[in-house]
Amino acid sequence: MSEHMKREAVLRPLIFETGSPESRCIESPALDIPDVDISSVLGGFARAQQPHLPHVTEVEIARHYEHLASVNFGVDSGFYPLGSCTMKYNPRIDEWACRLPGFAGAHPYQPAETVQGALGLMWGLQEALGEISGLPAVSLQPAAGAHGELTALMAIRAYHVANGDVRARVIIPDSAHGTNPATVAMCGYSVTQVPSNERGGVDLEALKAALDTDVAAIMLTNPNTLGLFEENISEINRLVHEVGALAFCDGANLNAILGRARPGDMGFDAMHINLHKTFATPHGGGGPGAGPVCVTEALAEFLPGPVIARDSDGSFMPVTPSRSIGRVKSFLGNFGVLVRAYTYICALGAEGIRDVAEQAVLSANYLKERLRGTYDLAYDRTCMHEFVLSGERQRKQHGVRTLDMAKRLLDHGVHPPTVYFPLIVHEAIMIEPTETESLEVLDGFVDAMLAIAAEVEADPEMLHAAPYTTPVRRLDEAAAVKQPDLAWKPAE
Amino acid sequence: MRFIPVSCEQREHMLHAVGVRTVDELFEVIPADVRLTRPLDLPDGMSEIDLAAQIEALASSNTSGLVSFLGAGCYDHYIPAIVDAVVSKPAFFTAYTPYQPEISQGTLQAIYEYQSMICSLTGMDVSNASMYDGATAFVEAALMAARFTKRHRVVVSAAAHPEWLEVLATYAESGMIDVVTCPAVGGRTDVDALAELVTDAAAVLVASPSFLGCVEDLSVIGDIAHAAGALFVVAANPILLGVMEAPGVLGADIVVGEGQPLGNAMSFGGPGFGFFACRQQFIRQLPGRVVGRTSDVDGRPGFVLTMQTREQHIRREKATSNICSNQALNALTAGVYLASVGMSGLAGIGRSCIARAHYLRDALIATGRFSAANAAPFANEFALRYDGDVAAMQHAMLERGFLAGLDLSRFSSDYAGLVLFAVTEKRTRAQMDRFVGEVVSL
Repeated sequence: MSEHMKREAVLRPLIFETGSPESRCIESPALDIPDVDISSVLGGFARAQQPHLPHVTEVEIARHYEHLASVNFGVDSGFYPLGSCTMKYNPRIDEWACRLPGFAGAHPYQPAETVQGALGLMWGLQEALGEISGLPAVSLQPAAGAHGELTALMAIRAYHVANGDVRARVIIPDSAHGTNPATVAMCGYSVTQVPSNERGGVDLEALKAALDTDVAAIMLTNPNTLGLFEENISEINRLVHEVGALAFCDGANLNAILGRARPGDMGFDAMHINLHKTFATPHGGGGPGAGPVCVTEALAEFLPGPVIARDSDGSFMPVTPSRSIGRVKSFLGNFGVLVRAYTYICALGAEGIRDVAEQAVLSANYLKERLRGTYDLAYDRTCMHEFVLSGERQRKQHGVRTLDMAKRLLDHGVHPPTVYFPLIVHEAIMIEPTETESLEVLDGFVDAMLAIAAEVEADPEMLHAAPYTTPVRRLDEAAAVKQPDLAWKPAE
Repeated sequence: MRFIPVSCEQREHMLHAVGVRTVDELFEVIPADVRLTRPLDLPDGMSEIDLAAQIEALASSNTSGLVSFLGAGCYDHYIPAIVDAVVSKPAFFTAYTPYQPEISQGTLQAIYEYQSMICSLTGMDVSNASMYDGATAFVEAALMAARFTKRHRVVVSAAAHPEWLEVLATYAESGMIDVVTCPAVGGRTDVDALAELVTDAAAVLVASPSFLGCVEDLSVIGDIAHAAGALFVVAANPILLGVMEAPGVLGADIVVGEGQPLGNAMSFGGPGFGFFACRQQFIRQLPGRVVGRTSDVDGRPGFVLTMQTREQHIRREKATSNICSNQALNALTAGVYLASVGMSGLAGIGRSCIARAHYLRDALIATGRFSAANAAPFANEFALRYDGDVAAMQHAMLERGFLAGLDLSRFSSDYAGLVLFAVTEKRTRAQMDRFVGEVVSL
């Protein structure tokens, strides 16, 4: 941890407990128009009791949030190898771009002729994502990855319904992200899970047994959550299409194959893309993201509207596809996120985008090779952008769990990898370095992992109580559930 | 431009350590028949200086500097300078979801404070950490009510935002809920029709202010909903909740809305965020993330993501929603905004918007070219009927530097001839007087 992240840091009172009742930050200007009687103009529904909001001056706000920032770890703080999250560096030019007044100040209902720059940018992003994915029709409306999954599945259902084809099930491998089955349920389908084979791919025999004309789609992450490219992808998608089902690619791991392979060329009919992973838009402490959906020409007419079209005169217009599933969100999507992703794609260009995948894959394989002797490798194959270790050896021999080792990494100034996922690997440690880390950082991570493995052998007890140097230590999550304290309330 | 800090020499070292000669060998795990053997058909990369010029050219080809009376879910409010200063801190915007609470107390505490502010504004017990937008929060409220009541049908007011109704209809195609639309009369929910439709409903969903800006009689609607055993879902505009009664006081069980007005740029309609708050008894059915306060092993207070067994990464197909990423940074933005305006400031902004909207409406009606679309009380937004060609009027006013409200005919033929005007605290008397003067002269 950096110095200010050290444990000596004084915990900050809540912002409600800061300042004094007469403190103000922003003063409202005097009314230059006649005042109104609020109660009478609102038909009697004026507020009787004021809400409890903070009362602070600007300097107190500045210090409050500066303190909170100092006890928060971001990509700028250090290495963030969260598997399947693609925590790459967020270029600052993208932040500058989305704040330009012409973008930030645009209203979604302005006449199209006054927002040609915004619509043109969206059209350009649609085109770029269509080329990168090999799936030419694109909707930028979904707000996040799970929202994109849902949108794509809705379009697939609409396609089947349009063909008079009622189907009830969606197939998902057991290595899938939790959003996949949750999305299936939210779309009104039931989940059929298929197991992985001994090489970490989809078990073809199990897939064949699960496939029939009741299956609407398969949802497949490729490369999958083990960081492995699905070797039988063409055969899988052929089998899926044979029963009239469609193939959806969860694009969480697109970073691995940029410019090297395209889901459209693998036989997928639809995919979503996490702009906040692959295209470097920041995660924002949990959002906002954007989850554009890319589909084949056959599914294009079902996309949510509006999408951006270019007229013969070169102007851009929002249009609703002919058999659209309808809107999945207000307005046009998380436009500010789209601006960042477009700027990033323009910065890199075709070659730079391919370089991303190459370095991401090389860095992951490098870490895998350096850690393989010390930790068990879940699947010993060339990985793509991430790989999965198992802490099973450390648990069995020394009683130290993956959770303990992850917490110990915090003392080394590293954000832990994704742990206990995918579910099919015991004590899983899923590591995704991304392309934006230097060799020094990668080697530093290896050193930390090796040091922790040595500590596991020498002093397993010490690891159970890690971390030691963070602003707070392990938190009582059971108490948080048992007696939920979810909001500050003023003393009675 | 590239963002890869590895030199050619280091790359060779890494290849050697991996035991391959070229990076192409690593990509041989992709079957040859699906490998891309040509370059992507995209432009070349750019230097930052060229890129900045290109992006700036795009941004400035949007017409800016217009005096706007557009609202309808996205509003041109003033954003204090401190807000972007805080939100631009990399420790906030480059962080992931705070799954490692020991090094994520900043995000967690800020979201806990945000949840507290939303609870107080809405009069609810519990708020989640945000949803995608107001429309999807509205849908999630309907789905939650269906789960809680074990009923299938929800009744939604036709007076709500047409895009929200459309999103609700899109989600309802799943078969999880049936949506019945209650007609509107005079810009508000037809309460007589509602009383007929409410039997066996899981929820009654209304917006106040309604899409046309009208203040609904929430007490009456809530009583109708509750008498039928339905939950009462209210969509509110949070910037007005310093002056409008908290929906919780008027009987709401779930309060949702679009949070953009609270310190978030319009940004062509996104990202804003959806807020979602409810009464304590629905807590186990809440969708999305929620932050709770607890303590660490040394007894120091701290915050965690809590009750995660509702969520997709634990419960998979049995989760309360598929939502994972939300709009955390936009919710944090709202927290900073609410701290900067404070209790009296929020009421002042609400009062200012309402007073200005009433000033403009009276002035437009006094021109004789506009007439009232309804007689309902309203807040910051109102609909008027124009006595001429709406599109021609708007075009002429655009040439004079104004965004002259929203032509409602784009949503439905029922709205033909109506224009929706929104007025924020940023619109000065001089701007409004000039607008009225110009529109009269057409």
